[in-house]
Amino acid sequence: MRVQLSRAGSLMAGLFLVPQSALAAWELNMTPGVTDVSKDIYSLHMIIFWICVAIGVVVFGVMFWSIIAHRKSKGYKPANFHEHTWVEVLWTVIPFGILVAMAVPATGTLLDIYDTKDADIDIQVTGYQWKWQYSYLDKEFSFFSNLATSKEEIYNRLDKNENYLLEVDNPLVIPVDTKVRFMITSKDVIHSWWVPDLGVKKDAIPGFINESWARVEEPGIYRGQCTELCGKDHGFMPVVVKAVPKDEYEEWAAKKVAAAEKERRLTSKDWSLEELMERGEGVYNTACASCHQADGSGAPPAFPALKDSTVATENMDQHLDIVVNGVSGTAMQAFGEQLSEVDLAAVITYERNAWGNDTGEKVTPKQILDYKNAQ
Amino acid sequence: MSAVIDTHDHSHDEHHGPAKGFTRWLLTTNHKDIGSMYLIFSFAMFLLGGSMAMVIRAELFQPGLQIVEPAFFNQMTTMHGLIMVFGAVMPAFVGLANWMIPMMVGAPDMALPRMNNWSFWLLPAAFLILVSTLFMEGGGPNFGWTFYAPLSTTYGPPSTTFFIFAIHIMGISSIMGAINVIATIMNLRAPGMTLMKMPLFVWTWLITAFLLIAVMPVLAGVVTMMLMDINFGTSFFDAAGGGDPVLFQHVFWFFGHPEVYIMILPAFGAVSEIIPAFSRKPLFGYASMVYAVAAIALLSFVVWAHHMFTVGLPIAGQLFFMYCTMLIAVPTGVKVFNWVATMFRGALSFEAPMLFAVAFIILFTIGGFSGLMLAIAPADFQYHDTYFVVAHFHYVLVPGAIFGIFASAYFWLPKWTGTMYDETLAKTHFWMSFIGMNLAFFPMHFLGLAGMPRRIPDYALQFADFNMISSVGAFMFGATQLLFLYIVVKCIRGGGEKAPAKPWDGAEGLEWTLPSPAPYHTFATPPEVK
Ligand code: HEC
Ligand SMILES: [Cu+2]
Repeated sequence: MRVQLSRAGSLMAGLFLVPQSALAAWELNMTPGVTDVSKDIYSLHMIIFWICVAIGVVVFGVMFWSIIAHRKSKGYKPANFHEHTWVEVLWTVIPFGILVAMAVPATGTLLDIYDTKDADIDIQVTGYQWKWQYSYLDKEFSFFSNLATSKEEIYNRLDKNENYLLEVDNPLVIPVDTKVRFMITSKDVIHSWWVPDLGVKKDAIPGFINESWARVEEPGIYRGQCTELCGKDHGFMPVVVKAVPKDEYEEWAAKKVAAAEKERRLTSKDWSLEELMERGEGVYNTACASCHQADGSGAPPAFPALKDSTVATENMDQHLDIVVNGVSGTAMQAFGEQLSEVDLAAVITYERNAWGNDTGEKVTPKQILDYKNAQ
Repeated sequence: MSAVIDTHDHSHDEHHGPAKGFTRWLLTTNHKDIGSMYLIFSFAMFLLGGSMAMVIRAELFQPGLQIVEPAFFNQMTTMHGLIMVFGAVMPAFVGLANWMIPMMVGAPDMALPRMNNWSFWLLPAAFLILVSTLFMEGGGPNFGWTFYAPLSTTYGPPSTTFFIFAIHIMGISSIMGAINVIATIMNLRAPGMTLMKMPLFVWTWLITAFLLIAVMPVLAGVVTMMLMDINFGTSFFDAAGGGDPVLFQHVFWFFGHPEVYIMILPAFGAVSEIIPAFSRKPLFGYASMVYAVAAIALLSFVVWAHHMFTVGLPIAGQLFFMYCTMLIAVPTGVKVFNWVATMFRGALSFEAPMLFAVAFIILFTIGGFSGLMLAIAPADFQYHDTYFVVAHFHYVLVPGAIFGIFASAYFWLPKWTGTMYDETLAKTHFWMSFIGMNLAFFPMHFLGLAGMPRRIPDYALQFADFNMISSVGAFMFGATQLLFLYIVVKCIRGGGEKAPAKPWDGAEGLEWTLPSPAPYHTFATPPEVK
């Protein structure tokens, strides 16, 4: 039934301009998706669509009949009726009945969508300008998911690949046949997390946690995008979900847990000034030297020198703030989420001691963690 | 005012004609002059907002970034929306109200003529401020015409405060205009013109005016809260300070949903004048038309959260707003059925006003259908904030509000100017607009269903073909509007046949008892309505 409906639907729509053979490239209709919820939504969509088509056929039918037959130019003499109680009652009551009939399945599906109880896995989805963070709450690890499409492709200097703008560096990985609950929130503005194939769209709102869920049957890669205007790069924060068999998921998760564990050990480890300096130099050269220069001299006025800067030699709080939160409206980005606590501690320590800054002060990963948590 | 009664020809009597030069327009209290200024202003804004749409469609012609950067693209979508809603559509209807309501109810002018002048002249000031933000540091508003917090507060550009000021001024202008409409209709009707004898255009405007008075202060409230958050350290919408970003959306849409009816109800009224005129048959179900408009207006206050189905409302709220929204389809359906029944067994002819009015019914109904689909909350999870929504509201606004305005303009131009417009050109204008508009907006349904979010400057490859068609249609629609400008200018300058007092044989109403062009002062003595 559903398949037939959809086929007829695309046929109807296809009458508009589109040759049948090209239908694959000319996507016309909503995806039925890969979860029960998305399939229910799809059938609601098709039912209401056909109801509209039926009403349209009747209304426009009468109208076009008049347009063709009741023309002054054909000498048609106008009738003079201008009310009819029964007709008016009927065309109030019948649509009302249709709406009630429509409301019933819609209510059922809605209740189903809202039933987030008894989930097997909880994943927190956090929106940032302009990337997503996925935290696996049961397993205690998390990572960021950024757009993977290159500027070269966006600015038309390279050919665009098949998944242009719908590819990320680290997709969200979930197991099939598992009820996954998404706890959706945001750290800055409102975003909206949407994966059409999962039938999930929920706003990510700072200060709120919205819940949604999905149970995917088929392994596969499902792509979506942020759908709430969230600033400049709103069009560039896709969502990619990779559904994998359960054992593959466990294997992947175990690796992530181990990596997170290693990171945590590094954070809690007692770091000496020398160790931090050594690590810091490496971080500095990859993440900072392009603007501030390897010798800390910068390129004033665009990029300030860090050598002898009061920020790097005296005011520790400001130093932490600038590196962790960035300076908005300037090229100095917020590195707080991009670098690990260890790397942040190392690079700040390095800046406070290299090039003759020699404060002798060290910043430990623990301090960075406390600083971030206090924000 | 002089006490001379205008029964004789006094074209030499300076006292009764318009003043000369610029002061005529600056100081005028004449409803016809003010109506013309509103209409001209609105058309200028239509072209400005339209050219921004052209920038948007040009950037979306192909995947990739070609013409503008995302930051500027967002300013274009925002300004396009704000200018079209507050600068083009609303002032156009106020202009029509100014011209037509006094002539339709047999009044000499609007009830509060000085306030009328003031409410018009506030508008150019407001839009000067709004448009100037584009040239300020950090650019103009870039957060969408719905300006959701905290994107528009904590994260907004520095010019946001000017944007807020501009909205305040527009709001004052709208409220004053609405008070004037109500005062005129309530107090200045000719003897014998009972409420249930009023033309539907007057009825729909009366209801619209009440909607305006009810919701413009809410808009003022929400932008004032933004102002406080931005400049005075409050946290209405800032979660970090204990505020609530969702509160913004509730307040905004409490204004915003009635606002969309404010933009369509006067068009309902105009179409209800035009369809009977060219069907040569009385309007079917006059009383039920009035009740339907009233029902729609009342329901419009309890459906706002259907714009917010994805914010995570509690299930009870979700169901309530879904049911109420579906309910609006009933009175809206009644209106469409009545129009069709009016045409049924009439003696139809298809001059430009009728063409636009018939297209209005068909295309507005299509917009209504997609609206009904959007009302189904679970389905809305897939439609929300995609191009499906963009298609939906452009179908109710372009062939709805804007075709309604074009239909009205052609219908009453002979009365305003005393000259018949060029019918062949007007029909060309119609067909080009009709085709262009459908090419531009119909494919957007497909784009939305296939998953293209709205307000993005660049898109994935599977959306490329329909976007290109849509852009071509948009360019066609945009360019065609210059033809409208030409037709109207030609008509104003008297290039065309002289119009009789009643150029449309099926038209009814007091305005057609006046000569064409309507004299500067009309109905100094009220007519008798039987
Ligand atoms: C893309 C260029 C760029 C990169 C990369 C960059 N910065 Fe900056 N940084 C700036 C600019 C520009 C400023 C000045 C901001 C301002 O106007 O306050 C700045 C300011 C600073 C300051 C304050 C200096 C002062 O005296 O006010 C510190 C400390 C700093 N950056 C640290 C870093 C660190 C650590 C990194 C690497 C993790 C880094 N920056 C990477 C551009 C950059
Ligand atoms: Cu986003």
